[in-house]
Amino acid sequence: MRRLSWFNATSLTLGFAFLYIPMLVVIIYSFNESRLVTVWSGFSTKWYGELLRNEAFLDAAWVTLQVGFFSSLLATVLGTMGAYVLVRGGRFYGRTLFSGMMYAPLVMPEVITGLSLLLLFISINLDRGIVTIVLAHATFSMCYVSVVVSSRLVSFDRSVEEAALDLGCTPFEAFRLVTLPIIAPAVISGWLLALTLSLDDLVIASFVAGPSATTLPIKVFSSIRLGVSPEINALSTILIVIVTIGTITASLSTKRALVRKQRAERMAEQSA
Amino acid sequence: MRPGQFIGRGVFFVHHCPVGEKAKPMPQNVFAPWTDPQAKPLIRFENVTKRFGDFTAVDDLSVDIYEREFFALLGPSGCGKTTMMRMLAGFETPTSGTIMLDGKDISPVPPNKRSVNMMFQSYALFPHLTVYDNIAFGLKRDKLPAEQIDARVKEMLRLVQIERFAQRKPDQISGGQRQRVALARSLAKAPKLLLLDEPLSALDKKLRQDTQFELMDIQEKTGTTFVIVTHDQEEAMTVASRVAVMNFGKLIQVDTPTQIYEAPNSAYVADFIGDVNIIEGNATVDGERVLISWAEGQPDIIGTPAQPVAPGRVSFVIRPEKIAISSEKPTDRRNAVHGKVLDIAYLGNMSTYHVEMPDGTVIKATAANQRRRDSLPYTWEDPVWLSWTDTAGVVLAE
Amino acid sequence: MNLRRTSLIAVPYFWLGCLFLIPFLIVFKISLSDAALSIPPYTPKLELSEGWAGVRDMFSQFDFENFEFLATDDLYWKSYLSSVQIALISTFMCLLVGFPMAYGMARAPQVWQPTLMLMVILPFWTSFLIRVYSLIGILSQEGMLNQFLTWIGVISEPLTILNTNIAVYIGIVYTYLPFMILPIYATLIKLDGSLLEAAEDLGCSRTEAFWRITVPLSKAGIIAGCFLVFIPALGEFVIPSLLGGSETLMIGKVLYEEFFSNRDWPVASAVAVILLLILIVPIVLYQRNEQRLIEAEQ
Repeated sequence: MRRLSWFNATSLTLGFAFLYIPMLVVIIYSFNESRLVTVWSGFSTKWYGELLRNEAFLDAAWVTLQVGFFSSLLATVLGTMGAYVLVRGGRFYGRTLFSGMMYAPLVMPEVITGLSLLLLFISINLDRGIVTIVLAHATFSMCYVSVVVSSRLVSFDRSVEEAALDLGCTPFEAFRLVTLPIIAPAVISGWLLALTLSLDDLVIASFVAGPSATTLPIKVFSSIRLGVSPEINALSTILIVIVTIGTITASLSTKRALVRKQRAERMAEQSA
Repeated sequence: MRPGQFIGRGVFFVHHCPVGEKAKPMPQNVFAPWTDPQAKPLIRFENVTKRFGDFTAVDDLSVDIYEREFFALLGPSGCGKTTMMRMLAGFETPTSGTIMLDGKDISPVPPNKRSVNMMFQSYALFPHLTVYDNIAFGLKRDKLPAEQIDARVKEMLRLVQIERFAQRKPDQISGGQRQRVALARSLAKAPKLLLLDEPLSALDKKLRQDTQFELMDIQEKTGTTFVIVTHDQEEAMTVASRVAVMNFGKLIQVDTPTQIYEAPNSAYVADFIGDVNIIEGNATVDGERVLISWAEGQPDIIGTPAQPVAPGRVSFVIRPEKIAISSEKPTDRRNAVHGKVLDIAYLGNMSTYHVEMPDGTVIKATAANQRRRDSLPYTWEDPVWLSWTDTAGVVLAE
Repeated sequence: MNLRRTSLIAVPYFWLGCLFLIPFLIVFKISLSDAALSIPPYTPKLELSEGWAGVRDMFSQFDFENFEFLATDDLYWKSYLSSVQIALISTFMCLLVGFPMAYGMARAPQVWQPTLMLMVILPFWTSFLIRVYSLIGILSQEGMLNQFLTWIGVISEPLTILNTNIAVYIGIVYTYLPFMILPIYATLIKLDGSLLEAAEDLGCSRTEAFWRITVPLSKAGIIAGCFLVFIPALGEFVIPSLLGGSETLMIGKVLYEEFFSNRDWPVASAVAVILLLILIVPIVLYQRNEQRLIEAEQ
């Protein structure tokens, strides 16, 4: 087994310390008794209680969840369609424009995406609220879904789809019975990415949200402009814990899939 | 045993025939519908051309394939053989020309409505379905009753001998078993025509040879017409009733394996299949014989062309195993040349001698190794005679 | 072409056309208009009731005044320059931190690698806003960093870091570090170990082998990582507004304020158009690098 040289060990330790210490401090101070965020005065969970009684935060969280649910669903469907068109669609009129539009939102600064969508909604007189945020989020996150799904589509053997057609499937049946089950893991990770992007987004939402719909990031942003607060620490801790559990679960299930694959390979060898 | 198969297998015994012996007369009940002008082809390609942009994959090609045939498309990669197969399956449409199946033009029929099935080079097994469900897949699309599907799937599993693995997923079985599943899946719907795209290329050599014979057995049992695409000439010669040698989108020769090997119609076919000496020279016609002058100071080669050739430039094509090697000049053969051994390729059962003529031409001759290696009769630099009969080679006009 | 295929293409095409292309054309149109005291606050507006004449009338009133204004007012070109400068410096700092980490990960024992990978990806999934927020507590006057430095005796007076450009650099490095590490790690992990052994066999020292073999072969990953940090950093809004001070000029922030505080839509749109023009160069270069990576793999 390779051993880590002292240089590599140091750079990894310092690097990860840099990445994790700020978040650990937030987590630790969310259990601080005092409102002062720099002085430790004893353990308490009272800020979590405060947070749960804060109607404004709860409303914003509810709006965010709704937006995340609908926009990620739309983004997954549209992004999967887009990826399928890009990878399997062959030639059609305006293909270059289409692939450009699928790619551009990935590199477009959020301020410009937000500004342009807001100007659109104003010019068609669409009232700003949950609907506009959902539309905006679905649009930029469908491009991320498309990247994830198309990389899976590119890597799988096209003849599997042809075999389905050859055995009597219509193109739609071939997609439903063969392609979709094979790309399902990519579609699910695309959906998770879209959901995360929607839940996290501040800039685009603050352009297109109206007074009737404030998302959690907008609420958090306006309150941390005033400085560090223990309620935000508590909220951050909750979010960090959710993401950590989610990421670790995902990585464990990847690992399980790997183990299953290795077991399958062993079975294949023994059966030969 | 079906006669077509006999022809296929016969090729491998050609080496052991006495040199120069003519092909055995064909038995009367031979399977050769292509020689019968009354026979109706199952598939007819009529002036089919397929272009991809500027690239012409298949170039004005016409050929008939008959029912119960095992037809091999043989050629280097990019010669258009896969495109021909994909047009039969319905994944490509011809740029011009028509493809008829049972006398009907099939171009407007989408792949899922054709009674043609394909076994893919990569096998294309559905990774999320079990072996059983893979085989049942096509039958379910036909909305057959469940017990009928079950019976058919079990029959197929028995046919390819993979009953034990019915409930496994494709990644839990070996490459050879996957190949069987793919075959069973494509045969399950009892297609009129089965297409096999390099079906054995993923198997190792030993397994490939065993599977070739099994493939022939299955073809015989099911009576299905097989069209196989391959770049492996040995495979094509072993399994096929007829072989089509392709290059640059054209058919160079379509014939039985014996004819392809013994009577190639061009230097390309001769060179593509097996080892060969090609000697160029000038021909003068002398009755049935042709005299070929090929190098100064060497006697003319006496050859027997299959079709009359005009005097002029010709290629004389002869297989190394048809050339005898001896230390004394043979008296019973008119074609004899003298040279010295340049190189010896020892292959165990036989050796190929590379013999250099005084003018620098190198001719290969194969001899069976009847004795142990340390007592082989010739070694490097030995002067030797090479000889062959008047009918051993093929004379091709340029 | 059949109906099903057409509709499959049409749905995402139509969606992006309506919600990406048209909005962008609107931005472009407004950037050519003039500010006005009306709702919406710009002129000319398209009068469809006047038909073709209305369209012609609108086009005749377009001009490049806003762009001339951007060129003459130093605030704007200074903010463009300062955005580019901040993005460049932070990208470089990110490379300095990210490369050794990616290198260390690639050389770590095989069993650790999934865990190390997880540790890089975890911040990537964590809310961006919360990660920026966590820095505020660290960098402030009475924050952890100052407390720590005072405690070990390096400084006697607390440093002012928060609300300066330094905090912005740290913020960008902190939030975009995974984007730098992942592509570099991906190229380093593919590097064939026998190449280094061959270099040493041919007389290179370890250090020389690193500079002559490892670095050139991970170039594509380094370039990809740099663009992945530089491109979003250039239009960044959250970091400069939370960590930066009044002297921090970044174009994303300027655009936001122009739009919401000054309500000058035409100027905000013109700022956006110029920002996009600046971004085209790195985006095209990044695309080309990706293309080369894909070709190299084939």
